[in-house]
This record gives sequence, C-alpha cells and structure tokens, in this order.
Amino acid sequence: MTSPLGKDLLGLEHLSAEQISLILDTAVPLKAISERTIKKVPTLRGATIVNLFFEASTRTRISFEFAEKRMSADTVNVASAGSSIQKGETLVDTARNLEAMKIDMVVVRHGSSGAARFLAERIESNVINAGDGTHEHPTQGLLDLLTLRDRWGSLAGRRVCICGDVLHSRVARSNIWGLQKLGAEVAVCGPRSLLPRAIAEMGVIVFDRIEAAIEWADALNVLRLQLERMLGGYIPSLREYNRVFGVTSERLGRAPRDILILHPGPMNRGVEIDSDVADGPHSVILDQVTNGVAVRMAVLYLLAGNSPQLAEAAKGGA
Amino acid sequence: MTVRDVVLAGGRVVDPSTGVDAVGDVLLRDGKVEAVGGTLGRPDGAEVIDCAGLVVAPGFIDVHCHLREPGREDVETIATGARAAAAGGITAVCAMPNTDTVTDNQAAVGFVLKQGRAAEASRVYPIGAISIGQNGERLAEFGEMVGAGAVAVSDDGRPVVSSQLMRTALEYARAFNIPVADHCEDPTLSAGGAMNEGIVSARLGLRGIPCEAEEIMAIRDILLAKLTGGHVHLCHMSTKGSVELIRWGKDRGIRVTAEACPHHLSLTEDSVEGYNTNAKMNPPLRTAVDVEAVRDAVRDGTIDVLATDHAPHHHDEKQSAFADAPNGIVGLETALAVNITWLVKTGVLSVGTLIDRMSCAPAKLFSLPGGTLARGALADVTVFDPGKEWVVDPAAFRTKGRSTPYAGMTLTGRTACTIVGGRVVFRAS
Repeated sequence: MTSPLGKDLLGLEHLSAEQISLILDTAVPLKAISERTIKKVPTLRGATIVNLFFEASTRTRISFEFAEKRMSADTVNVASAGSSIQKGETLVDTARNLEAMKIDMVVVRHGSSGAARFLAERIESNVINAGDGTHEHPTQGLLDLLTLRDRWGSLAGRRVCICGDVLHSRVARSNIWGLQKLGAEVAVCGPRSLLPRAIAEMGVIVFDRIEAAIEWADALNVLRLQLERMLGGYIPSLREYNRVFGVTSERLGRAPRDILILHPGPMNRGVEIDSDVADGPHSVILDQVTNGVAVRMAVLYLLAGNSPQLAEAAKGGA
Repeated sequence: MTVRDVVLAGGRVVDPSTGVDAVGDVLLRDGKVEAVGGTLGRPDGAEVIDCAGLVVAPGFIDVHCHLREPGREDVETIATGARAAAAGGITAVCAMPNTDTVTDNQAAVGFVLKQGRAAEASRVYPIGAISIGQNGERLAEFGEMVGAGAVAVSDDGRPVVSSQLMRTALEYARAFNIPVADHCEDPTLSAGGAMNEGIVSARLGLRGIPCEAEEIMAIRDILLAKLTGGHVHLCHMSTKGSVELIRWGKDRGIRVTAEACPHHLSLTEDSVEGYNTNAKMNPPLRTAVDVEAVRDAVRDGTIDVLATDHAPHHHDEKQSAFADAPNGIVGLETALAVNITWLVKTGVLSVGTLIDRMSCAPAKLFSLPGGTLARGALADVTVFDPGKEWVVDPAAFRTKGRSTPYAGMTLTGRTACTIVGGRVVFRAS
C-alpha cells in the first residue's frame, strides 16, 4: 500500500503541514514503546533496513538503529570511512548492490547536498535522508518540532530563532521549512558570513545580534559551530564567537520571557552555548534525543505503508 | 583537391557582411563562393541542393569549445567534435587548450590542426594557452603557437589569477594581433561553488558562486586592456553586471569583446532544481534578470558573439551528487536551435543579427577566414530551417557527450546542410 508520505523522506521542504503533523501524531503513541520493559513491537518484522552512512554520525545512526530495532526490523549498518567527497557513482553502485540483496529501506547520510534524492531516484527501496550535505536533515527537523509541540501544544504564532552557522547547516533548513509549515515565525541569527545571502527570501527574520534574537524569541535552536569554520576564515576565533554570539545564561537572564533551548548536538560547550544553559531548566536538549527515536519510528512506520490509523487512534484517545 | 560545384538553389540568402537578404541561388566553386543572388545557372555536374524555405548563411563559427583531445578521448575527440559541429551548422570551431596535455606549444597546436583536418568535417582552429600548462605562471610561446596556426590564446577552464600575467599577455599578444580570451572568475570568491549564489542555492544547500566572482575579473580585464591597448575577449559572460561593465569599456574605446552562450540566454538557476547536473556549468546559470540583460547585450552588440562553451563530460561523471559533478554541457548541436527558440522567436534578434553574432562577428574578432558570402570567400556555408521543430534526443548526438539541459525539449530551428570549403559535410536526413 502507498505510504501517506510517498516513497521517500528526503526533506521537509516538499512535505505538507498535514504530512508533517501526521508524522508527529504518529510519533506520540510510539514514544510509549521506548518506555516499556520490552521495547519491541512487531510492526516491521521481516523488513530489512540498511543504514548507509558516508559521513560519521553517532547520535543519528544510533537513534535510527534503535527505532528500527524497536519496530523489529532487521538492520545492517554500512559506514564508509571514505572522504566526504564520495562520488555519486560509488554511492549508487553501493545502493544497487544492497538492493540486489533485497532490502526494503535505506537510511542514508552523505556529505553532498542532494545525495539522498540522487539515491532515491535510482533505487526502488524507500530512502530516508539522515542528512545530505548542507541541504536537509528532516528527521532532526521533525524531532525538533515534536519537542516544541510537546511543550507548547501548538506551534502556531510561536517564535523560533535558529542561531549560528545556518550556511552550512542541514538542520537549519529542515527547521525553517517545518516550523513555517506548522505556523511558527522563524528567525535566524549569526554572523552574516555564516548566513546564506538570500536567507531572507526563505521568509525568515534575520538578527545580526544574539541579544535582539533573545528579546524576540520563544525558543532558540542553537547550531553547532564547527572548528572548521574558524579555520575556513568565516569567523576570527571561537573565543570571539562565544563572546559575541554565544548563548549564555547572562544574556538569557535579560530575556523578557522563558526561552526554550534546543541544540541538535554534539555541543561545543563554551562556544555556541554555555554549559549552564545547556544543562539549565529551559533546556530541552535531552527531550530532543528521546523524541528522535520516536519520530524515526513514525517515519519508518508510515513509509512502510502502514495506515495513519495509529495517529488517529492516538488523537481520538487523547 | 577539386570538388564538385554546388548550387544552393532558391534559399533566403542572409549575409550581414555584404548586406544581402534576398531569395536567390548561391554557387560554390573550387572551395570558394563563386556567385550569389538571383537565379544562377546549373553548371554541368553541379550538385544542386534545393534550399526553398531555408536560410542560406555564411558558416557559423564557434570561438569557444572543448574537444578534449588529447587526454580524454573517451569523452570527445577532435573528430567527433568536428562532426558534432557540422551537424549543428557550425563550419569552424576554436578548440580551447585545456586538454591533457595542454595546448601550450607549437607542436601541440600542430596536433590539433592535424586531427582537425583528418576529421574532414568542420574546421578546427586551435587556441593556445596563455601560460605554460595553464599554471598561471610563465607565458607560453604565443609567437610560435600563432606561427603553427593558433588563432587566440586563453587559459579557459581556469582564470588568469595574476593581474600581472594578464597584463603581460595582453601586451605580448599585440605583436601577433590575437585576442586574449579570459575565463573571468575570482577563484577566491567562487571556491567550492556549484551554482549561482541566491535563493536556489540557499534552499538546496549548495555553495553559491556570486555574480561578483565574474564581474571583478571582467572589470580587471577591461582595465588591463585599457592599460595595454591589447584585445581582451571575455568568455561566456553571464551576468547583468558584466554586461554593464563591458558597455562601460566599449563606450571608452577599450578593446574589449565578449561572448555569451545559449544556456545563459535561455535558462536560469531554477533549472538546477532537483540537483540537475545537466544544468551545472561554470559560470553557472543565473537569474531571469541576468538572462534578460545578456540577451539585450547580444542584441545591441555589447556582446559581440554567440559561442557554445561545448564541454562534454563522461556520463558517469555527470551522474553523481551535484557538488561532485563536473561543470559543463554539450552545445554544438543545440546552439542554433536554442538561439532561434529563445532569441529569434521571441523577437530579441532578427535572423540577420543572429547570423552576424554566430558567423560574421566571430570571424572578424578572431581574424578568421569565412563569416561572409562575398565573392571569392571561403565556401563555408550553413543552410538551416528556421521554423523546423524537433525534440532534443541526446542519444542522437554526434558528440560523445550527452549532458544537456534541453533533453526532451522541443526546439525550433535546425541545420539542413553544412558546407565546408565547398564540400557538404552534413546534410539532414
């Protein structure tokens, strides 16, 4: 049966608000599975899923693997230690070989933007994008949405600012689309050298200073600032970045309201975010991780062609 | 070598170089244009080609293509490129020197000429490198290369980063009266870029190349032409800003000429949607505002010539994630139709101006024979059907390359017959 999401999950840009809500609604009842002593349901029994990671990942890969195993799928992890400049032909050859072994789904992470789509167009298995270059990381976007929705009930009219290296962030793009579709206002804040020049055309507000973002926002999604950006000349130093753009408790203390703090991890404590903020009362960073397993279970469940009835039942029972 | 007389009968003869635009015959004899206009006789043994309803023009000249030989004969050879040109109505091409090895000496120039002649298709004129190995350091031997048959110098594929080297090249080239053709790109601004910088690159998460990467080098080259009195030819201009800078230079009498390519006159960055590697080239497809500005510049002569930047790549190399795919598309067999579809049908150019930009102007700029149907001129002639609709099928190309953003599109305008030196080298079936 056809999945309500289509064959693949490549990004949030081309999903409708209804499809996104369906994934989140489906994730809610699935969360309970991870709370049980026996964390396993037979939903995907007999399905074979390959986790194809061309880039290093700990959190995302483990989260997918838990999601797959808790749904009783058979999983294989393939990690390519090769460079991030994997040629597409290598990618597609790998996938075709895997498919020849009769698999059902591929979860793929790749260093090149568009790699997940490239793969999806060439194989029959369902493809889930676990991060493609600087394009999208849809399941991260979904888990961020679920985390905010858990706290707020609805995202409509809420203000979320994405802080830091938006230019190189697939998390930022998935968040922008997902948040906008669910009715939130979205802003970005960071040095202009780390923001796409045309970012305002994506319908977001741009803050040059973190103080202004904090004054505006209901939540901050703080992106990881990679050391490579300093080496690449985008910013003068990590030290100055923290002093000018860092999310610190001192700055948050001047906020007119409580602000939820999200971070996709891994964190550079003392660079983009201070420890007392990351571990503070308004941090939902660990909730994000918990929700990650649930939204990935929901995506697997829906892509496998299961009906949206789980979400309906959950809503009906609420 | 004697060739049969050819009579091109009853076509619309359009030759801006002589001001002819009338229905009539053209007689070609001994590789030269013998007579033009009116109803000419049918000499004994002449091959008579019915051109009723077709346009008869001086042969098109493409001053910018990549034929990949030596080095990447798997992707294109001089022979397959010359045959593709013939099929596209292009009677002469200028081959860029960024092969492996680089065409940076007289022997290499001779090799390109020899392979071109052996192809017995369209003419192939070598362009020599500006710097040895195109490394941007030491000048190549322009004098010897010109002596061997090079018609221009260029480090195309790579920009000339050093302003001092560019200055010297422009000065030194003056002795040989050849243009220095530059690929305008500030590599520090374009580094890692895969497409135009803008909203599409922001959405797709691809590193963008700003227009300024081209424009900074364009104005540098124009200023160096002013300084040296040399002739700078700016390759594949793609932005509104570049056009304005060229206009500024020409207004001041600076010896700057420029070319534009069919893809920059017809498509925008939107073609990259879906990570379409067949829309990946350098300079990248820009915005509608740029396309319109470059079209206007072709019309008013700010852009002197239409070139192809034909750049074949192996299918496997293009079949990859966008950032990893090489830059370049094929163009020899679609240039005429793309130009007619997007420039003539839309009213931007008359057929006469199109022929000027594709034939007369390139011949003049690069001091090549041809580009005219004047009596006694080379019998290089393109006959085309300006109204013929056809669907682009890359599998039917003569080039070995298959990458084109026009695949499957219905275009208007097609070569009917291509004649080089009085000999028919292509005829539509």
